Amino acid sequence: MSDTMTSPLLHIDQLGKRFGGFVALDGVDLSVPKGQRLGLIGPNGSGKSTLVNCICGTLQNETGSVTFDGQKIDGMVAHQRTHHGLARSFQLPRPFRSMTVAQNIRVPLLYTVNGRPGSHLSHSELDDRCMELLKLVTLDAKAGKYTTDLTQVEMRKLELARAMAAEPKLLIADESMAGLSHSEVEDIVALLIRMNERGVTIIMIEHIMRAVMTFSQRLVVLVSGKKIADGKPEDVIQDKEVVGAYLGQ
Amino acid sequence: MRTPAFILILTAVAAALYFAFNLVGNDYLFFAGYTVLQYIVLATAWNILGGYCGYVNFGSAGFFAIGVYTTVFLYAIGQSIEEIFPEFLVAPMQAIFPLPVPVLIVIAGAVAGFIGLGMGYLTLRLRGVFFAIATLAFTVVLETFIVNWSFVGGSRGAYIIVPNEVPMFGHLIQFLFALMLILVIVALTTARLIERSKLGVGFATIRDDELAAEASGVPTLRLKLVATVVSGALMGMAGAPFPYYIGYVEPGSAFNLSYAVNSIAMPMIGGTTSWVGPLVGALLLGTLQQVATVTISSAVNLLIVGLLLIFFVIIAPRGIVGLIQDSWRGRSKS
Repeated sequence: MSDTMTSPLLHIDQLGKRFGGFVALDGVDLSVPKGQRLGLIGPNGSGKSTLVNCICGTLQNETGSVTFDGQKIDGMVAHQRTHHGLARSFQLPRPFRSMTVAQNIRVPLLYTVNGRPGSHLSHSELDDRCMELLKLVTLDAKAGKYTTDLTQVEMRKLELARAMAAEPKLLIADESMAGLSHSEVEDIVALLIRMNERGVTIIMIEHIMRAVMTFSQRLVVLVSGKKIADGKPEDVIQDKEVVGAYLGQ
Repeated sequence: MRTPAFILILTAVAAALYFAFNLVGNDYLFFAGYTVLQYIVLATAWNILGGYCGYVNFGSAGFFAIGVYTTVFLYAIGQSIEEIFPEFLVAPMQAIFPLPVPVLIVIAGAVAGFIGLGMGYLTLRLRGVFFAIATLAFTVVLETFIVNWSFVGGSRGAYIIVPNEVPMFGHLIQFLFALMLILVIVALTTARLIERSKLGVGFATIRDDELAAEASGVPTLRLKLVATVVSGALMGMAGAPFPYYIGYVEPGSAFNLSYAVNSIAMPMIGGTTSWVGPLVGALLLGTLQQVATVTISSAVNLLIVGLLLIFFVIIAPRGIVGLIQDSWRGRSKS
């Protein structure tokens, strides 16, 4: 087997991050193989979002390293990591409010996909890609609407579609279902699984356990900036340390 | 509308304006018109960073003054060729200096753009009010430097001996007015080109949400530097003919507060999301100020700006252009 086939898509080695005296991440190790659906859980303040921010370049890690697709990406800024195939959605939707839904999707197509060597989409190809992605998230009927006209679940879908527009190898969905109804959560989980079926590796950070258990092939638990469990979801949720620290009894 | 057609229309309007003013035959129209045109360039330039990217720049007066003092510096060189250059260079330098005003404008644009790049690199990691304060500090530092630089006149100021007549144009003011018309065409075309390009999309994402822009692959720092360079260069170009317009320059006039205030207020009143906004704002406010100057006093100019700014912030926060767009949207919905 070749090296590229055996090496993980994302490899995090002893990642550390402090905010003053507060240790947000304390030597986290994590390897994510290509195509996996990974669930990342932990109580509030456990370091999940800090980990995502360090992976995506919004924050820079102080110790340890992040290797993505065989290349060390420490020190790279966020847009460079996006170009390498790392995309994320935000916990609170951050749409470009002066743009329509379709124009929101066009941004990563223009700046990331068209910025890659040998890739140049024409105007009609850009429009086609936009509509294809909007169909995937069932927002095609709202392509010309401004984001202020969208509902909460539609905003979440737009976040995911915009992240997908960058044609990522790895997508990190940061609490994409917070505040949504039961049926809306199912809708988003189904959408994330569809995206995974397109070959995208997905890390899903979530508090809604029903969604986590449906989605995840593997589950990682963070508590106080440390990884305390990593394995099959059904095993992890029975782990005594996880039950004690996260689920509570 | 395609860019060549846009430039053609602007050129036709500019030519019509020039000949109409000539027909009236009153030089004051050219003096007043020059100031309004200068504000169109300044407001359009400010809007590239402030409106498109959402970074409020209080340093307009600084960039304008860079243009002014580039001209003064090059003029001063022309006046002291024998003292500055070795003997064998005196004759060639005398043939080059004094530099024609269009060349001064280009050089001033390059200098201001270069300084804009430096300022941007130092300050663009700051956001919101911190960036605004940094740009204000930049102007103060620059003014202190000029005040203490005797070669360009220092605090006592510098006289520019200007020719009364310019071949083909007649009075100097007609020539300067024509140059400022060309600068307006350059500024508006640049702003419109940016707005309709990939660069404009990138600028809009920075204004809307910088974090989301980075996550979408937009190189925000690089784009902000481009905006600072273009904006600074245009402001510097607007300042370059000023010593020829006024004849005597001192730091107080070159770094005047009114440039900073007007270049912010005009796009705010006209609307910041399109090239039309600064044009409308500068025409409205600039003309009002000129009328107030001859009918009441130039002292009320900033009062007019302040009152209009308060009015528009309350009634139409998206400016005149935004107000019109909203009413169109309202009509199309009903």
